[in-house]
Amino acid sequence: MHLAILTTSLVPVILFYLFAGIAGASALGVVLARDIVRTAVFLLFTLVGVAGLYFLLNSEFLAAVQLVVYVGGTLILVIFGIMLTSRAPTSRFEPRRGEVIVAIIAGVFILAALVTAIRSAHFRSDIPEAQKAYPVAALGEALLGEYLVPFELASVVLLVVMIGAAYLARARRRDDQHAPRGAASRTQLSTPLNPEP
Amino acid sequence: MQIGLNHYLILAAFIFVCGLLSMMVKRNAIGILMGVELILNAANINLVAFNRFAHAVGPDHKPLLDGQIFAIFVILLAAAEAAVALAIFLNYYNNFTTIDVEPAQTLKG
Amino acid sequence: MSMLSTADWRLTFFEIVAGRSPGAGEQLLQSVLAIALVFLPGVLLLAMFAIWWERKVAGRMQSRPGPNRVGPIGVLQSLADGMKLLLKEDLKPAVADSILFRLAPYVSFAPVFAAFLALPFAPNLTFEPRLNSGVFWILAVLGVEIMGVILAGWASNNKWAIYGAMREACQMVSYEIPLGLSIVVGVMAAGTLNLVELGFLQGGGIHTWIIFRNPFVFLSFFVYFIASLASNKRAPFDLPESESELVAGFHTEYSGMRFAFFFFAEYAAMFVVGSIQTALFLGGWNDPFGFIGHYYTLWISDPVAHRTGLILLNLAGAAIFCGKALAIVFVQMWLRWTLPRPRIDQVLYTCVKVLFPAACVLLVGAAIWQMLVPSWQGASLIENPLPWVHYNPLSWADWSRGGATTALIVQSLLALVGVSLAGAMALWVAYAFVTGRTRRQRLSEPHPIPEPA
Repeated sequence: MHLAILTTSLVPVILFYLFAGIAGASALGVVLARDIVRTAVFLLFTLVGVAGLYFLLNSEFLAAVQLVVYVGGTLILVIFGIMLTSRAPTSRFEPRRGEVIVAIIAGVFILAALVTAIRSAHFRSDIPEAQKAYPVAALGEALLGEYLVPFELASVVLLVVMIGAAYLARARRRDDQHAPRGAASRTQLSTPLNPEP
Repeated sequence: MQIGLNHYLILAAFIFVCGLLSMMVKRNAIGILMGVELILNAANINLVAFNRFAHAVGPDHKPLLDGQIFAIFVILLAAAEAAVALAIFLNYYNNFTTIDVEPAQTLKG
Repeated sequence: MSMLSTADWRLTFFEIVAGRSPGAGEQLLQSVLAIALVFLPGVLLLAMFAIWWERKVAGRMQSRPGPNRVGPIGVLQSLADGMKLLLKEDLKPAVADSILFRLAPYVSFAPVFAAFLALPFAPNLTFEPRLNSGVFWILAVLGVEIMGVILAGWASNNKWAIYGAMREACQMVSYEIPLGLSIVVGVMAAGTLNLVELGFLQGGGIHTWIIFRNPFVFLSFFVYFIASLASNKRAPFDLPESESELVAGFHTEYSGMRFAFFFFAEYAAMFVVGSIQTALFLGGWNDPFGFIGHYYTLWISDPVAHRTGLILLNLAGAAIFCGKALAIVFVQMWLRWTLPRPRIDQVLYTCVKVLFPAACVLLVGAAIWQMLVPSWQGASLIENPLPWVHYNPLSWADWSRGGATTALIVQSLLALVGVSLAGAMALWVAYAFVTGRTRRQRLSEPHPIPEPA
């Protein structure tokens, strides 16, 4: 559909409510689901809904980045973590009733406070007519021009995180002094891919 | 009725509160991590919505991109933080035999 | 609903046929009808055709006829298989997670279908020509498919399925790195992520195809091809569904129509990946001589007068695009029935220690090349959206005026190399096809061991 249609008809309203419904309902599902894998699936739908919202906000590149990094990267990582740390596939932990009540009260209060603040604030909210999508070339120029230092710092952060996470989560040998001495350290439970000779 | 800035902000507030509840209520550590991801997504929606509605065009009539670039960096760092968090959770699982965060009270008292 | 502005070169098919811009309701209706009547049946028909073709190719390469009973050369075999799968009993393991088990095939198929909507079949036959990040969008959406496979493996509650799912996630996520890097090399040479603009950029003849722009892009095409094989779980990287090792990998517990969905997703993804290579590297809808580009630029200035010509041009472009993508799909099938299957650690070794350094080197090399060697200035998309509108293929002055003679020589040489490679492959396949039909099958030992007296 031409982007000119997006500000002048009923279609953007329907699309907004569709994507917002998906994102909001799935976020609620993340809270309410008991099984951890179902929580992850609800998170998947939330992320996809948010990507759709980015499309509606004329940021297609950001929507694609969200899908690649969040869904195709972070969520896969989370699912790997779930698979490695669940003892029985259907084990679930129930929170105590007191905790749930306190959490609900706090959540309702915070939501009410935020909504009141949003409604009473007067943000400058012009809706420019028939705005074309942001050009991707401008994003590239900004990342390597005005935002070069954060860009390079982010790459350093990613390098540090990669090394740190790989070190923290390494598979340990049987005679590793730094291995945790817990009852279920992975040297006993896991079968290494290349068994030691 | 046209979709304005307030719609996106209220949706982001709702997702934020869902993430907060998830962090408070879940006992599985990875559920807590998912709450963090929801909060970051809510912040991103705010950033991109402000980028689109509040400061869409700069003084030279070219579209401003600051919100989007901020959001890109947030997504980047969220991925990095999820990696470290999962490494920590794996170590926690090795030490406590469970991914439940209730037994994590060894520093108490 | 205004008359077309002749300066607006991005017309949709509706505008060419009807001669006017569509209204709001018409646009919505047109989108819905295009998806329901063209894309969805097209994807399903494509998957069925690909399944039949794969079995025929497999048969021919193993000196056997393949399916030849249902229909003239077995063409209706896929239809028969589809009917069988539809009528099968719908099994679901009792200990499987019921909702996730049912959800997984759709989570696997939907992203591939979404990727189809971005493909540039012809200048005016694209669903959304203004998708400014087209290439990246397809890449992003193919990454969502990984979740479907993991869900399928996990929800089956079956040890072999989980092994297959984890192997597959490992493999697909790792190979996204060389995949992305080799795409970046091509995009750097092109200068745009928009798929329709990429097609326009390659409209000047075979030496303007992006794969021939510089030798680094030429090599990154092959890196992308190998990485796309792995991300598609195609042989030789088909460990997730290795039929001889893991029962059936992540779709062990699936039968009937759910199983069919996974296969639709796989064959559709093969076509999508072939289409990315076609659109980005191999010229998109353009023929090797540049006729389509030439006539399109001639006729688009007055679309109303040249309406039938433009419609025929679009259909020819779509046919060429599909033909090139199917040629790449054929090479994927060829490799499946030729190469053995490596272990998972060898697969990951190839990714991290071979393809990833190669892609990095190609990236740096392509960047340096572009800095040192000027390309033809007229082909810049910033000045005019149809870069070859003043192009005369028989005049070298255009190229030497901008100092781009080196570029012309390199591109032409690479084009010669590419054409000879492709021609050699085509001749080889034709030779094998022709001689394979007449060679008698060896049913006994050629030199039998003599019996002891």
